[in-house]
Amino acid sequence: MSLIHESAETLGALIASGDVSSREVTQAHVDHIAAVEPDIHSYLYVDAERALAQAKAVDSRLAAGEKLGPLAGVPIAVKDVFTYVGAPTTCGSRILEGWMPPYNATVVDRILGAGMVILGKTNMDEFAMGSSTENSAFGPTHNPWDLARIPGGSGGGSAAALAGFEAPLSLGSDTGGSIRQPAAVTGTVGVKPTYGGTSRYGLVAMASSLDQPGPCARTVTDAALLHAVIAGYDPHDSTSIPAPAPDVVGAARVRDVAGMRIGVVKELGGEGYDPGVKQRFQETVEALALAGAEIVEVSCPHFDLALGAYYLIMPSEASSNLARFDAMRYGLRVGDDGNNSAEQVMRLTRRAGFGQEVKRRIILGTYALSSGYYDEYYGSAQKARTLIIADFTAAFEKVDVLVSPTTPTTAFKLGERINDPLAMYKADLCTIPSNMAGNASGSFPVGLAPEDGLPVGFQVMAPPMRDDLVYRVGGAVESTLEDVWGHTMLAQLAKETR
Amino acid sequence: MSYDDLMEYDEVMERFDPVLGLEVHVELNTASKMFCSCSTGFGGEPNSQTCPVCLGLPGSLPVVNGKAVESAIRIGLALNCGIATWCRFARKNYFYPDMTKDFQTSQYDEPICFDGHVEIDVDGESFEIPIERAHMEEDAGKSLHVGGATGRIAGADYSLLDYNRAGVPLIEIVTKPVYGTGAKAPEVARAYVSFLRDMMKALGVSDVRMEQGSLRCDANVSLMPKGSTQLGTRTETKNVNSLRSIEKALRYEICRQGAILASGGRVKQETRHWLEVSGVTAPGRSKEQAEDYRYFPEPDLVPIAPSREWVEELRATIPEVPAVRYERLRGEWGYTELEMQAVIAAQGVDLIAATIEAGASPQAARKWWMSELSRQANALGVDLEELSITATQVAQVQALIDEGAINDKIARTVIDAVLAGEGEPRQIVAAKGLAVVSDSSALQEAVDAAIAEHADVADKIREGKTAAVGALIGSVMKSMKGQADASAVRELILGRLAP
Repeated sequence: MSLIHESAETLGALIASGDVSSREVTQAHVDHIAAVEPDIHSYLYVDAERALAQAKAVDSRLAAGEKLGPLAGVPIAVKDVFTYVGAPTTCGSRILEGWMPPYNATVVDRILGAGMVILGKTNMDEFAMGSSTENSAFGPTHNPWDLARIPGGSGGGSAAALAGFEAPLSLGSDTGGSIRQPAAVTGTVGVKPTYGGTSRYGLVAMASSLDQPGPCARTVTDAALLHAVIAGYDPHDSTSIPAPAPDVVGAARVRDVAGMRIGVVKELGGEGYDPGVKQRFQETVEALALAGAEIVEVSCPHFDLALGAYYLIMPSEASSNLARFDAMRYGLRVGDDGNNSAEQVMRLTRRAGFGQEVKRRIILGTYALSSGYYDEYYGSAQKARTLIIADFTAAFEKVDVLVSPTTPTTAFKLGERINDPLAMYKADLCTIPSNMAGNASGSFPVGLAPEDGLPVGFQVMAPPMRDDLVYRVGGAVESTLEDVWGHTMLAQLAKETR
Repeated sequence: MSYDDLMEYDEVMERFDPVLGLEVHVELNTASKMFCSCSTGFGGEPNSQTCPVCLGLPGSLPVVNGKAVESAIRIGLALNCGIATWCRFARKNYFYPDMTKDFQTSQYDEPICFDGHVEIDVDGESFEIPIERAHMEEDAGKSLHVGGATGRIAGADYSLLDYNRAGVPLIEIVTKPVYGTGAKAPEVARAYVSFLRDMMKALGVSDVRMEQGSLRCDANVSLMPKGSTQLGTRTETKNVNSLRSIEKALRYEICRQGAILASGGRVKQETRHWLEVSGVTAPGRSKEQAEDYRYFPEPDLVPIAPSREWVEELRATIPEVPAVRYERLRGEWGYTELEMQAVIAAQGVDLIAATIEAGASPQAARKWWMSELSRQANALGVDLEELSITATQVAQVQALIDEGAINDKIARTVIDAVLAGEGEPRQIVAAKGLAVVSDSSALQEAVDAAIAEHADVADKIREGKTAAVGALIGSVMKSMKGQADASAVRELILGRLAP
């Protein structure tokens, strides 16, 4: 296998031992990016020169005998929703085109602090609003498994970069499934940490009470290694939890679920789910039972409210968070010709700079928060949220983790749902409850759907600050898949994708 | 210039009862802003005191300034408010170029302080002002509209924005409707704001400089026909930037509303601006619909839950009510009411107290601060406390006088030197050789010379006309260039010329 096909863990070890240099690894990725980007379009910005300089710096530090972490010198791609000084942050929007942030996101600082090499910024649905990356103002990303299909969203770029071997690791953010759903449809691993487990400082907000940065990877251990780098308390984020991060790396290496109680969520399955998705999910549950886990069916009756409540809370917060894009201080400015008032310039800029989906959500949220409608919409959505949290709390008294398919279907075709927002929103049906409750949740590949040969994702949900349980079950899932296939998912990816 | 019909104030009072509502914004004097560590200093280069947080840059997040919460609680306690056991910030959404996030982080239905009251006194009559709430929020930036005739946004060529003030912590104190003030409504409003100013100062939580905007008052007033219990339509007057203008603006609004109501018209609910120069209120931008701020709990901040222990600790730091303290000090210092009022008006109470603490007598302390130093402050256009002389230094100057080392006249020279930054009073006296000559051959020689020069005067004194001694003292003082103790000179002369 060439360098681009190795796991991040292996690359880190090879670099640390001096068998290969970070510069070689980085150069291999830069070359592959140049080769496949015209087809995949994972990146909005490739920072090749600076990445190579960062790689060289790590090589010198290692040569000087410095002891660095397990991911030192390993390249990573960063979703364009995080600020990174020296590269534009656009969030996939015209309104921020060319904006150069003057500060680093905390998670970006931690990545750099770990000696990792940033290859560039990845494509996404505008302001993380979407499930296909088709809402990016700069064109969609294509799924490396089938270029005519979506790579999921909003973090389609981060997932496609992994599946297309354009980066061994990437950073994502998850508000309603933006890490997990792309992971599911690209055959990769994605984890949404406990809300407050990773810092949101420097993550351009869509919905503050739901957004969470998290790792995207091709193996469970790789995801855990990145999770360990970015997790932990940050005084710049008031909602950050002041407690040590769970030992996710240790948990990922256990690969054993004997004695664990695993709950299958009754409400997440059945009608509307692809047969192949259901089949692979069921097989995985059976494999976990064979591995010694106790399988229990659990009902979470209020999960049915999650999608509706989410589409009130998320747009409400987004309508307020996106108000600052008003042309006054940075980003796009339209109509500033001396004849228009500040208010007119704001209006013209927002009209030109925001895409359809962003406008739809701003209008929804503005309406939901309006006086006279607040109690009916935002207020009742918060009540539904409380009920969803109560469902989780009750479930976690009976089981250690809950499991479900990550998304009801495999990757759909580009253009298939773009004019049907409701169909698009349903892609996040299974992932949203964890955002609403703030618990830890991850998606792991469990093979390919027989009918279309496309990857299926398996979701593991654990109580807040028990992210380790997500990785422990994830590791076991990975291990059973390898037993079935006789090779790793990574190897499968190398066979199937560009 | 006013186009408003006005009714005579007394006539309004015969027919209506005014009802007040006062909203006061107090800018806290914390070193850093409400949600970031930027400086709150006044007068910095535009936009020099900003960071990603107070500029509301994408991705930035607020973190609450604990000191501001502490100040908010202390203010609430001083206003006899209840302190919330749990409360949240809320977002107040509206678009304006001076709002970096296009929402203000404020508090809505969960204020940190609620249900208080304060007693104020107007000409010996006591009034209770009920307090609805005091809540925390952040200030906005400042717009400077350039070009155009009015300095307002309409008609300006362009606008400049300074975000140094964006994110400075504010406490908004809101009264419940204040009934029963009768004709004294404007004075009551003024006394209330004056009370707040003194209390904030005593708490040490704000510089409370109305002219710099660190205490701002929006005055609401409506008129209720005598005998009615139905509240009238109110107007809110902004831009009232001094105690005097509060009184004048309210008086004006009462007369304007009185004229409208008396002629059968209806008062329009609106925001008005006080125009200091012309002494009138003028309507602000009229809003066709009520503003909908779409408040919701701020998801970027965690709730504030001050422990009862902390609140009690803070309660122990609440100072005496300023009016009570002033009356106590007046008794201790032996000032007349008039003298004390002048000291309070000049904001000299703390300075004088400190000067007395440092050893000066109450009369001496008052003399220096209220005459020489007040004159200097006026000339510089600053407040007493902004003068570069401390209470301790003033007490030292007085001590030098009491010791007989300098006289009053030289003391002024010493004070000038202290103000000029030349050092401590004693150093200055030593360095400049200003100490008066009270018992030396030089003084004796000067006395002898004066007697010789003014032999005719000397003769009169020898004859017992001691009143003439003044002329000789004057001559000696002149030759000594003022550096002599006049009483010592007098004694020397009288000793020489004893019959």
